[in-house]
Amino acid sequence: MNKELKIFAVVAAFTIALYWGVEPFAHSQMHAHVDGNGLVYDGKADIAYTSKDKVKAKKAFWADVKTIAALKGDVTAGEAGFATCTGCHMDGAANMGGVTPPILDHAGALYDKNYLIALIKDPAMAMNTDHKFTGTRTHPMGSIKAMMTDNQQIADVVAYIKAKKAGEVTPKEAYVESCGRCHANRYGNSTQLGETPKFKYKKDELAYQIKVLEEQDLIKAYMGKIPPDLSIIYRARSHHFLETFIENPQSQLHGTAMPRVGLSENGMHKVMAYLEETGDPSKPARDALGPWVLLFFVIFTILAYLWKNSLWRDLH
Amino acid sequence: MAKFEKASSIGEWLDQRIAVETLKKVMQTEYWIPKDINFLWAMGMVLAATFGILIVSGIFLLMYYQPHVDHAFDSVNYLIMTEVGYGWLWRHIHGVGASLVFLIIYIHMFTGIYYGSYKRGRELIWISGMLLFVLFSAEAFSGYMLPWGQMSYWAGMVITNLFSGGSLEAYGLVEWIRGDYVPAQAFLTRFFMLHVFLMPLMIIGAIVFHFGTLRIPHVNNQEGEDFDYAEAAELYKAGKVKESKVIPFSPVFLSKDVFVMGVYFVLFFYLVFYNFSFAMDPVNFDPANGLSTPAHIYPEWYFLWSYEILRPFSKDIGLILFAISQVIFFTLPFLDRSPNVAPASRRGLFKYWFWILLVDCLILTFMGKLPPTDPTFASIGLVSAVIFFALWIALPIITKLEKKL
Repeated sequence: MNKELKIFAVVAAFTIALYWGVEPFAHSQMHAHVDGNGLVYDGKADIAYTSKDKVKAKKAFWADVKTIAALKGDVTAGEAGFATCTGCHMDGAANMGGVTPPILDHAGALYDKNYLIALIKDPAMAMNTDHKFTGTRTHPMGSIKAMMTDNQQIADVVAYIKAKKAGEVTPKEAYVESCGRCHANRYGNSTQLGETPKFKYKKDELAYQIKVLEEQDLIKAYMGKIPPDLSIIYRARSHHFLETFIENPQSQLHGTAMPRVGLSENGMHKVMAYLEETGDPSKPARDALGPWVLLFFVIFTILAYLWKNSLWRDLH
Repeated sequence: MAKFEKASSIGEWLDQRIAVETLKKVMQTEYWIPKDINFLWAMGMVLAATFGILIVSGIFLLMYYQPHVDHAFDSVNYLIMTEVGYGWLWRHIHGVGASLVFLIIYIHMFTGIYYGSYKRGRELIWISGMLLFVLFSAEAFSGYMLPWGQMSYWAGMVITNLFSGGSLEAYGLVEWIRGDYVPAQAFLTRFFMLHVFLMPLMIIGAIVFHFGTLRIPHVNNQEGEDFDYAEAAELYKAGKVKESKVIPFSPVFLSKDVFVMGVYFVLFFYLVFYNFSFAMDPVNFDPANGLSTPAHIYPEWYFLWSYEILRPFSKDIGLILFAISQVIFFTLPFLDRSPNVAPASRRGLFKYWFWILLVDCLILTFMGKLPPTDPTFASIGLVSAVIFFALWIALPIITKLEKKL
């Protein structure tokens, strides 16, 4: 018996070494580890990893954001300023310059305050995609720079959004509003136009599909390619990768066209919950069934051990 | 024709016709197994059980899987995972089982090497076992194509490319294997056929053959002791079980197998429920895309050691050494020139040969998954691959020098 335990220890040690080598160790070597910034949008990584000629401009930009964030915003005054936004950000908005403006019903709950300030001040800088908008290309939301120039007004509008557009948001709403205009999720039955309705007639369905294709063409022209379907991205990338990638896409995929979305802690939590729901839907069932199956086999093993002992007792 | 009388029980009725009593004796109660064994002797039954689980889970998956390039990915990742009741469970069992079956195969193999269970009289046990290893490898590879994810596609691309034979540039052969210029519908359908029909059929045949080869030379024991089985069996049947060196396969040997299986199944289902990603690579959750090569392409862990033998050398030399590494284990009974049947610990230089081989295979496995662009890892891989072949060249020499026990 003692000898068997020794043999078992040797087999177990080699098996664990094998596992360590091909899983944790290999993955630590294959993927560069990226630390997030704790969902604090202060431009630290933007400045650190930009080209030399842009460092100064980025530093100044994020310093300005800090200054505005320190101002006390007036919610009532912000409501008037917010009217500027609703010209484009409305329910049923059409694609503008490559992307459909999102509705802002939950913007206060989903997005970080500093990020919203940065976004109004200069969308391309806030999203860390300014490398895309050189020459005559301008960001689809770029006109806001000229429309809202006063620091106090920006602070007011953001204060209004954070106070009045911050209702409870479901994981699905969080996903649709912050990711769903570019990324389809076929397992969640949604395209870039939102949830796909049911159709009674084939020709209505086809007409809708054409609308989806047209939207996708516009997004493709704007982004360079159709952003990937996110149905099962939760299993294709690690949780940590997704969080740091969403916080700052440039950190994991340098030069990508994907904008920073500026999710707050609450927003990130909800979006990740939805990605897990469509990407790994069996998790609740696994957690419920797992302990029972293991219990069964533990009892099975104990009974088998007793049976074995009863048969082997007199053999030696 | 034989004489048939009215039977008084179903057992007797069957016995008259197909000799179930004799069968039971031959296959179970008087199939003698040495008593001096440890839990490693249960790996054969653990493998049989795992294969059974793979067959059953595979049948359930097969009812919903769609072998079409446009539907395969979603039929696995959506239909089976979401809409089929417990489909996720069958899939995880199948995926984890496919990985664990190789862990047990390797334990089984190295047990055989350690205790010298491939020596004179037992060569066919070893060779049929190696044949099973090759068949399981083909089964694993063909199954890996079916979810049609990025790793399926690119592993299919890389492995079928090997058949171009390096500088021979036999691309015609590669196209013939693929049925197309690149992995596509024809490729997926034929690997589907291989995975669900031809390979399992051949595996079942090989398992029967493997069991058959055990019968005459008998199973080896912990000390490699050669004794008279008939005499030992008589002792056992006479009730002198303490003195006898054998036990019957059923129920005595089997009771221990079942206990070992219990321990194994606790681990198995822990992995199924809580830690399955080692067996289901994240890269394969991106749908196959011929226009986007993943940053790192690597096989499942059980092929990494031979993959690492392929990698560090130039194209042609790498291919030749890779091909040799695939078959070299078959030759073990003939390269080992020592007549001693004993555990490696009692066999002089062979003791070191065994442990160096085991550690070397482990290091090759580690290096096989790491990016080859890192010069340190690439050098370690090269040295380990050279050691691997040096060991096989040294084997006949050191075993020839071995003192007879």
